Amino acid sequence: MADFSFAIEPVYIATIFFFIVGLQRMSNPLTARSGIVWAGAAMLIATLVTFFTPNLTNIGLIAIAIVIGGGFGYISAKRVAMTNMPQMVAFFNGMGGGAAAGISAVVLLGPTTPTSSLAVVGGLIGAVSFSGSLIAFLKLQGWMPSRPVTFTGQQIVNMAVLVLAIVSGVFVILQPSSRLLSVNASLPLFFILALGFGLLMTLPIGGADMPVVISMYNAFTGLAVALDGFSFVTPNYAMIIAGVIVGAAGSLLTLKMAKAMNRSLTNVFFGAFGATEEQAAHVSGSVKAIEADDVAVMLAYADRVIIVPGYGMAVAQAQQKVKELTDVLERRGVRVKFAIHPVAGRMPGHMNVLLAEAGVAYDHLFDRDEVNPEFPSTDIVLVIGANDVVNPAAHRKGSPLFGMPILDVEQAKNVIVLKRGQGRGFAGIENDLFYRDNTRMLYGDAQETVGKLVQALKKL
Amino acid sequence: MTEITAFWIAIYIAMLAAFTGYVVISRIPAILHTPLMSGSNFIHGIVLVGAMVALGLANTPTEQVIGFMAVVLGAANVTGGYVVTERILQMFDRSGKKPGKGA
Repeated sequence: MADFSFAIEPVYIATIFFFIVGLQRMSNPLTARSGIVWAGAAMLIATLVTFFTPNLTNIGLIAIAIVIGGGFGYISAKRVAMTNMPQMVAFFNGMGGGAAAGISAVVLLGPTTPTSSLAVVGGLIGAVSFSGSLIAFLKLQGWMPSRPVTFTGQQIVNMAVLVLAIVSGVFVILQPSSRLLSVNASLPLFFILALGFGLLMTLPIGGADMPVVISMYNAFTGLAVALDGFSFVTPNYAMIIAGVIVGAAGSLLTLKMAKAMNRSLTNVFFGAFGATEEQAAHVSGSVKAIEADDVAVMLAYADRVIIVPGYGMAVAQAQQKVKELTDVLERRGVRVKFAIHPVAGRMPGHMNVLLAEAGVAYDHLFDRDEVNPEFPSTDIVLVIGANDVVNPAAHRKGSPLFGMPILDVEQAKNVIVLKRGQGRGFAGIENDLFYRDNTRMLYGDAQETVGKLVQALKKL
Repeated sequence: MTEITAFWIAIYIAMLAAFTGYVVISRIPAILHTPLMSGSNFIHGIVLVGAMVALGLANTPTEQVIGFMAVVLGAANVTGGYVVTERILQMFDRSGKKPGKGA
């Protein structure tokens, strides 16, 4: 093979340039799509030029591994439904974390260098991101209960595992001559403990906090990649820069999301501890159901309607029908707005993406702060598959949701809640809203129910 | 350049990169948070390059097995991250200024 190793650094520089341009373009809805194409092209050339790394062996194995991993990633990402995208981000983020942990392992199996400690830290963070992301994926996918998993002494166990992981990491670096503590013993132990810590750290986190957690693990993986970039004998600047950019950007994004939910990171990670099951006695009144035809009549003669979409809309794939409903209502002169809670769905912006897909114009979408003052003057609020983000329990001290900024839909004249069944929200907390006098429940699959509303409205 | 010099240069670069990441994100509107998280998830797929080097320099069977798994995982991160981001961003096309026009 011709020697193109001289091209490696120039190509990496170009890669970083296009990564940054790509991210920049992703910051504007109009250019966002081209942003990923730029970044993708950069990744492709970086991968190709890496084959010319001096003294590279196992080239056949590398090619096979790329085909297997790349094929798997491509096919699974193509096949998954749009509603499951959030957990796919978690899934592929876990893959990246695992790769970073693997690199650390290979580096640490070799001779000790001045940067071995960075490989240990990178391996720790990468392994935590790997197992943590996979738990987040399993919870969101519903292959594992999404409610917090807690047991007594959990925090102590978690801390102990982390401390032991760090201690074994120190042994990996020092490589004492004793056979018991040799790198062959301490390295597997180190990774098992690190993976265990990621698992233990994610188990007590409830489903509602998952977006924040995924974003944090995303930043973790970035950081692990950067540390691995340092740990090679010749630093890999492409990994360092791309990793640090993702680490910094991901951290900021995590904080922004946590802020949107009025949750501190401590709260997210340790909130499950000591949270006691609420007494049902707090909730008074009864749940009152309503039929689609009656709702259609109410909507037809309303003046202002606000639609609050949630994860239920995504699950039922109801966004197209919701768009139709909006059109029918607007033709009748009803003013329709959408109230988007920052964490509605499973990720920030989840609802915006789905509604954009259905063709709802951006100027119909309003975020919490914009729309909250309007609820008292709203005739009907249609809550479509949202639960925790409209739960007035957030205003009551003692509720696990206390302090989370919500959409104050209960102030509207009428609230119609479209819901599949009588289950609780993702946070597993009873919703006071359903018991209010001005609330009516419209049970059924959201897509079907909204379809019925559209039909009924067309006949009126 | 000696190893230590390269190390310190890398620290300088890392610091500047941190600011770049911060600045790029701080301008992003809320509606783009999901695609952006996905996009940055793709970008740390550069780990693939490191995994390739790790496998390429592996000597023992153990190192080869671990390196091989790292490349598989890194490659999955790259293609999966790309496709997910691309699919999310596709949805912004229809509401864009030029309906009906691809890419």
